[in-house]
Amino acid sequence: MSKIIQWIDQRFPLTTFVKHDLGEYPTPRNLSYWWNFGFLAGFVLVVQIISGIFLAMHYKADAGLAFDSVDHIMREVNYGWLIRYLHSTGASAFFAVIYIHMARTLYYGSYRAPRELMWWTGQVLLLMLMATAFMGYLLPWGQMSYWGAQVITSLFRATPFIGDEIVIWLRGDFAVGDATLTRFYALHYLFPFLIFGMVMIHLIALHYVKSSNPSGINLAAKDNIPFHPYFTVKDLYGLGLFLIIYCLFVFFSPELFIEPENNIPANPMQTPPHIVPEWYFLPFYAILRSVPDLLGGVLAMGTSVIIFAAMPYLDRSKIPGGARYRPIYRIMFYLFIIDVAVLTYLGAQPPTELLTVVGQVATFIYFAAFVSLPFVSKAEEKWLRRRGLPPAIEELIRCEAQERSAKSGK
Amino acid sequence: MSESDTDTLLPGDPERRHFLEKTTGVVAGAGVAAAAWPFISSMNPSTDILSKATVEIDISKIEVGELKTVEWQGKPIFILSRTDEQISSSQASMGSKIDPQADEERVLRPEWLVVIGLCTHLGCVPTRKPEGWFCPCHGSRYDNSGRVLRGPAPHNLHLLPYYFISDEIILLGETKEQI
Repeated sequence: MSKIIQWIDQRFPLTTFVKHDLGEYPTPRNLSYWWNFGFLAGFVLVVQIISGIFLAMHYKADAGLAFDSVDHIMREVNYGWLIRYLHSTGASAFFAVIYIHMARTLYYGSYRAPRELMWWTGQVLLLMLMATAFMGYLLPWGQMSYWGAQVITSLFRATPFIGDEIVIWLRGDFAVGDATLTRFYALHYLFPFLIFGMVMIHLIALHYVKSSNPSGINLAAKDNIPFHPYFTVKDLYGLGLFLIIYCLFVFFSPELFIEPENNIPANPMQTPPHIVPEWYFLPFYAILRSVPDLLGGVLAMGTSVIIFAAMPYLDRSKIPGGARYRPIYRIMFYLFIIDVAVLTYLGAQPPTELLTVVGQVATFIYFAAFVSLPFVSKAEEKWLRRRGLPPAIEELIRCEAQERSAKSGK
Repeated sequence: MSESDTDTLLPGDPERRHFLEKTTGVVAGAGVAAAAWPFISSMNPSTDILSKATVEIDISKIEVGELKTVEWQGKPIFILSRTDEQISSSQASMGSKIDPQADEERVLRPEWLVVIGLCTHLGCVPTRKPEGWFCPCHGSRYDNSGRVLRGPAPHNLHLLPYYFISDEIILLGETKEQI
């Protein structure tokens, strides 16, 4: 056995890779359970790819057959119900895990130098995940599938000059139809593998800059411990907790994530009385609805997703640890989370005059949080330094500066 | 190897070589664009979809005041047989400030309103109300001439080419002049 490994090692860095990037990979010893969600996202990606491939063996991407083939999976295919519910619940689980992963990054300021590229590759992954989820949602060919796709492809009408042509090109038909279903299926199958590749880039970047940690500074070498067994065990424990919650939904209320309206076959002649996107799109949908102009609404919605990428530049404070040592930023963080919760609620409600106004206020707060951050973070840092930082933080900052100068001295 | 290295290592005129490099790049770019075109074009509606461009509709069975929704190019088409009251109220206004338009410009015959039944905001099918239509998706309202009264819809319900073959049959998808 060792001879085989020796043979491989002369031709491929197998042992070095396992040692450097899995076994002895140095990991900050103070990581909390909030650092489990990257691993969990990777796990859900694998669950989605596997369950998706098995669904594809029974699904038929044809406007005349799609709806019935999903019924066939549910009623006749052995364990088809299980595979489908794993997949449909998995989509929600994926977003839940990713949103917590993002919230952790925002709370602890992990997006700051030198981890901007981690944050941006993550942002690209979020967009790819959204596109994949959106295209996958059309495949059951129910009423909500159909009208969700109709509405979202219509967003591209806002493109200047060639809007109508773009929409027809995307659909391959004048309205969402068979051509749209087939191409969405092809791309829904392709995208997870692109996501997988992007995850690899995300991980290469991670192993270069190493994990952030709750203290917000790069720890001295003595404060890192090997990934195995400490974090393999921690990740597996978190996975156990995740699987309990995930399985509760899969086995006891999988229909929670499937709109009743989607059990009616797609009808291009009639819009359901009330269109709701999946829960994970609701805040962005509420922002779209809050702007009484098509182009403005589309731009606001797009910006509300993309704007996270600007965080490394918007946050001007040099105090480490994100919200942990920054009371004002912490308040902003929680207000932002509440605001997103309000938008999520509003996105699911039918449009009324009052709720539209509430939505506009919530949309304003959403963007105001980002726009005011450069000024607030600067003022907050001045205030904190004038008041005197807690000695523990001063010590952390001093240690990091020492480490850095020692490194550059070499 | 930097550019200056190649310049000294290779004989000949570096100016000339740079020109050739750039030209090659441009030609390669044009080639890639040309090769991509069939793939981009394949995503546009295929000929069988385009061939369903026109459809004949029998309107003799539609009662006055009744709305009939038919399919044309995969889209719902509203054919509304308007009452005298609906005609006079539609002709009396220009719609709203969002997209003002005279009722005469929107109909061939005042008693028949023929429009594409998709909200001009994001393409939902508006539901019929006595005063016009209401879009359940984002709350846009239209009058009995299909003109937008309240946003977020940016335009009136779109018109489509059609003409009356006879008093009982209309053809959707073409105007008379085209024949």
